[in-house]
Parts: sequence; structure tokens; C-alpha cells
Amino acid sequence: MTHRPDGDGRVLHVDTLARVEGEGGMYVRVHDGEVVDVELRIYEPPRFFEGLLRGRAWTEPPDITARICGICPVAYQMSACLAIEQACGVVVPDEIRRMRRLLYCGEWIASHALHVYMLHAPDFLGYPGAVEMARDHRALVEQGLRLKQAGNALLELVGGRAIHPVNVRLGGFYRLPTRDDLLAFRPVLAGALDDALATVRAVAAFEIPDLEQPHEYLSLRSESGYPLESGSFVSTSGRAFDAREFDTHVVEEQVQHSHALHARLVGADGFAVGPLARYALNHDRLTPVARQAADDAGLPAVCRNPFRSIVVRAVEIVEACRSGLDVIDGWTGAPAAAVPVPARAGTGYGATEAPRGTLVHRYTLDTEGTVTDAVIVPPTSQNQPAIESDLRAFVQTRLDLPDDELTRQCEQAIRNYDPCISCATHFLTLTVERT
Amino acid sequence: MTDAAPPSTRTTRPTLAVWKFASCDGCQLSVLDCEDELLTLAEAVRIAYFPEATRASASGPYDISLVEGSVTTAADVERIQEVRRISGLLVTIGACATSGGIQALRNLCDVAEFRSIVYARPEFVATLDRSTPISAHVRVDLELHGCPIDRRQLLEVLSAVLQDRRPRITADPVCIECKRRGTVCVAVAHGTPCLGPVTRSGCGALCPAVARGCYGCFGPTPSANTAALVAQLGRLGMPRRDVVRFLRTFNAGAEAFRAQSERLAEQAP
Repeated sequence: MTHRPDGDGRVLHVDTLARVEGEGGMYVRVHDGEVVDVELRIYEPPRFFEGLLRGRAWTEPPDITARICGICPVAYQMSACLAIEQACGVVVPDEIRRMRRLLYCGEWIASHALHVYMLHAPDFLGYPGAVEMARDHRALVEQGLRLKQAGNALLELVGGRAIHPVNVRLGGFYRLPTRDDLLAFRPVLAGALDDALATVRAVAAFEIPDLEQPHEYLSLRSESGYPLESGSFVSTSGRAFDAREFDTHVVEEQVQHSHALHARLVGADGFAVGPLARYALNHDRLTPVARQAADDAGLPAVCRNPFRSIVVRAVEIVEACRSGLDVIDGWTGAPAAAVPVPARAGTGYGATEAPRGTLVHRYTLDTEGTVTDAVIVPPTSQNQPAIESDLRAFVQTRLDLPDDELTRQCEQAIRNYDPCISCATHFLTLTVERT
Repeated sequence: MTDAAPPSTRTTRPTLAVWKFASCDGCQLSVLDCEDELLTLAEAVRIAYFPEATRASASGPYDISLVEGSVTTAADVERIQEVRRISGLLVTIGACATSGGIQALRNLCDVAEFRSIVYARPEFVATLDRSTPISAHVRVDLELHGCPIDRRQLLEVLSAVLQDRRPRITADPVCIECKRRGTVCVAVAHGTPCLGPVTRSGCGALCPAVARGCYGCFGPTPSANTAALVAQLGRLGMPRRDVVRFLRTFNAGAEAFRAQSERLAEQAP
């Protein structure tokens, strides 16, 4: 929806962004050939998770915060577990960490396949959605559905359910899958790896719009492997800090046009989390098959064009499939499904890599384990300023386009970040105004 | 609808709309999670409004509306009336839409305090002090429970509509599903607190299958005897405060859970 106010002004306005998770819009105002206002509007009704967590038992946040997002509930469960375990002085054994990684691989595969095929690819191929796209590209859409299904099957195998898994608890799991269960599933994941490699080839052939953005990239980096379930922060400007220091590096601010708090990286002009950031900071940690796929797709070590995020996301599906297979192949069992996490007073931080970027939780507990304070910083609230900055730069170079086409391309630019509006607890509509 | 014509050749397929209110998107994701059936479904019905899946939208009225989420803002109080007006069959999907969801915990607290905890400038945030199910506002034709809903139940409802028959959705407790799949009772065998006896089936009794007590995400059965269950939880040694928490999660606003948790919360510690 666009309208033209007086004179040479233009406004692009989208009330309801399609193919994003949750409710948001866009507003862009252009005056005298200059983009003067860009707002990613998040009007998703707030649900006050940080408020309703107060007074709950320390064992409850993994299940409660999962409900922030139906697309990435495992991310919430994992960051919540890490934060509370840290507050209680518990570090889970390595085999529990590896089984968490396997579960998280399932979520990455399912969530990335959803975004690449159903939410973003229709922009590149010129369809309103995946169902319409399937009329001309049936095999491609079926490939995407197969990948998504494999991810969901892995979530069900380890987590007990694809959406809001039931098997996660502090300290580990209620019941671990057996080695036989894992081996029986292995061929599905091996098939998914083939589909993932085909996905990289397919999206690498898409026509990618030009845009270069200078965002400082922020991501986790782990002792080994590509970052999912653990790690500490690094950035392309040389920052390196532990999750405990997150508050001093990233501050959240409220803006009037959004129910999502905007995050700012202290001392940076702008920053971004997510696939491009993870890839830039952990390219050397990809498994050989994923790195080869990235090289074959022509990705540079640091990719500054947000529209190429779809290629990086596809590479990350390869990584998740391969990494999941490695967990299965190395699995010899664990002495217990979970280690005890007795309550104690304290504050803990948990940071993991949700499909959309780093997700940070902080909890403070009293001596009985009651949550007295909870802070959740989802990736989309960190990326909101970067999305607005991208739109500003993008629109400025495309003012000659008619409103409909410009609006469509703006939506595509927003989807580069796979914004999860339900997630941005505190989170968006697109409006472009030209006056 | 005739039995003879394959869906793709019907001249008028029923139209489907998917609406979102306050929610996590998980229940509408269940539609896209029907990977084996999605493309067939899209031939059997015309997806006319589903912003999470497509930019294309056709104006109403719609034959079937799936409504996710609870009503938490003044604007949504009006929007649900409009959705009802332009919908033939209105089906609510999930705990938010059927009981207010986890965000209905605000109904038991001071929302001004919640808002000031999350937002530095609470005046920018428009919200009601209660989260209410869709049925509190408009007539609902069918409710699918669960946090999230079960996609097999969703497909059963859509198939039933297409075949012009009643959907086979039972209101049995989770216990029946445990028996059916041969899961040893976690409450009896291990003393694990479990809401299964008072919770609707539909999930497939997932939690007991991983040695965990049911946490009630499908909400209370119509005949739930929560008082008897609460007494049993007490005998298993669950402190009263924890029993209150147990009842106050994703269906905290469902009548049987709400009333029982309030009775308990009012008792002296």
C-alpha cells in the first residue's frame, strides 16, 4: 500500500508484512529525493514474558520461554537452560552438550528450510508464496518440504515434539534417544544433507540485488565447531567477551514505532547478528563439506550483501545436517539423561545461536530458586536497526522504481533477516512515506 | 461438495483464511508443518488469506477461518468481530485462542507492573489488562486445543470439513492415550506429578513417553476433576506453591485450571 502526498514526496507503507513470523509493517518516507524516515513497525501485541517469569520456579523458564516463538522454541530452551545452569553453578557434561547440539541442528534445518524455501525464495523467483511457486517449481518446493520434514523429524526424535519440544529440562533431557533410535534416523539426515547441498546450488543461482552494508557482525564462537549451543561473543571489529558481559556491550532502547526494543552495540554505528555474522566469524569452523559448498557458491569469507544471506542460510543447513550426523556417529550413550541442577541464589547468562542470530537470556534467582528477574534479548530486536539501515540505503538507490515494485523489493530486504516478530518479545508493519 | 469430483477439478474450492492474534505462531506453523499434505491441501482448498505463507490475499468472506492467538488489545477486540463476520466456519487453534494462553497469567497479576518491567516507556504500549480466548468475544464453531495443536487433529478437521462430516476429535484425558500406546503410568509407577488425568488427549501422550509428567498443554477435559488430582499431587509431596504453578501455565485461563489454582492460592501456606 503506497500513497503519494503533495509535490515530490513519496510514502511506501505496508501494514502487514507477509511471509514473516509474526505481525509487523514497514514505513518509508522520501522527501526531495532523500529517504528521510524508515521504520520497521512491530505491532505484534506484547505478551510480557519477562514480567510473567517473575515468581516462577527456576525449572520453568525453558518450557515457558519456548512459547515466545513457535519457529525457534529450542533456541529459547537452550539459552534458558544455559543461563539457569550458570546461575546454579552447573556445567553439563559433554555428552549432554552434544545431544543438545543434535536437537538444535533439527531446529536449524527446519527453521532455515522454512525461511529459504517458503518465505524468501518466492521473492527471488517472483511468486507471492511457496504454494504458488510450486505450480512452476514443484520439485524445488518438494525438496524444501523434505528438508523441513527431516528437521522436524529430528526435533521429534530428540525433543519429543517439533514445536515446543517436551523432552528438554535443566541439566539435560528427560529421556535420551537410544543409539538404535539415532542410527535408524541416520539415513533421513544423510538424505537431508544431499537436499541441503542441492539447496546451496539452487539459491546460489538466484539473481542477487546489489547492496553492501558496513554492519559490525556479532556472533558466538565456540571452542570447536560452528557455533550453535555454546560459545562466547566475537565481532568483526575485534570484540571478544563472555555472555556475562553482554549487558555492557549491547543495550536495549524502546522506540515509539515498535513493540520490540531496539538493541545497540555500544561504540558501533550499527551491528547485525545471524547467518552472515556467524559465517563471517566462523567460516574456518565449518565442516569441510559445508565450507566446500560455500566456496562452490562463490561466497567470500566475509559477505557484506544482506541479500546473500539466503545462500549462507543454505550453507548453514548443510552444516547442521553434517554436524548432526557427526553427533550421531560419535554417540556412545551417556551415564544419565540429565545432571541435577539444584537451586541457589545468583544470576546467570545464557547465549546460543538461534537460527536468526544470538539469543541471550539472563535470570536472577533467590535462594529457593524463584526467578526474581528475567531479561531476554532476541536476535530480531538486535537486528531491527540494521534492517532499517539496509532499507534506507536500498531505497535511496532505487527511487526510480514504481511504488509497487519498490515496496516488494523492500519486503525482500526485510526478509534477509528472517525477522521473527513473535520472537522480538517486546517486536513489526512496513510503511514507505514519500513527501 | 460431491464425492465424485477430485478436489483439483472443483470449480469452487472452499476458501481458507488463517488469522493471528497474540501468539507464538506455532499453531499456524503446524499448517506449514503438514509437509506431506500441504500441496494437496492447497489443491483441495483455496488459501485465500495466510500472510505468514503468502503475499497474495483474496478478500472475504472465507469458508473456513483458522484463528490463532488470544485477544489482548482494544484493536483486536474489534478485529475478531470482523473476522467472525466474514467467516463461515470459525475454528480456533491452540491454547492462546481457546484459553488465553500463557499470556493470560497477566489476568492474575497487575499488568501495569508487567508493562513497566518490560518497557521503559510503558505509555507507548497499548494493551488490555486481560488476555482472553476468542470464544469470550465471538461464537466459535470448533476449538482445537494444545500448545501447540497437533497437526493430525488439524488435518482431521480440514478433511472433515471437505467431506462434510463431523471431525473425530475426542475429549478423553491423556491417560487414555498412555494406555493406548502402552506407556507405564509415570504417576503410579514413579510418583511423578502428572496432569494427564485432567488434561485433554490429542498430543499422543508425549510427556509420559519420555518419563515426564503431563504438563497440561492441551488444557482441561470437560469433566476434569482437578480437586481430586490436586489432592493426589499433595500426597505425592508436591508443595502447594508448585501445584499452583503447575496449573498456571499455557492454559492458566481455562476455567477448571483457573478456578482450582485460585482456590489453592487463597489457602494459607
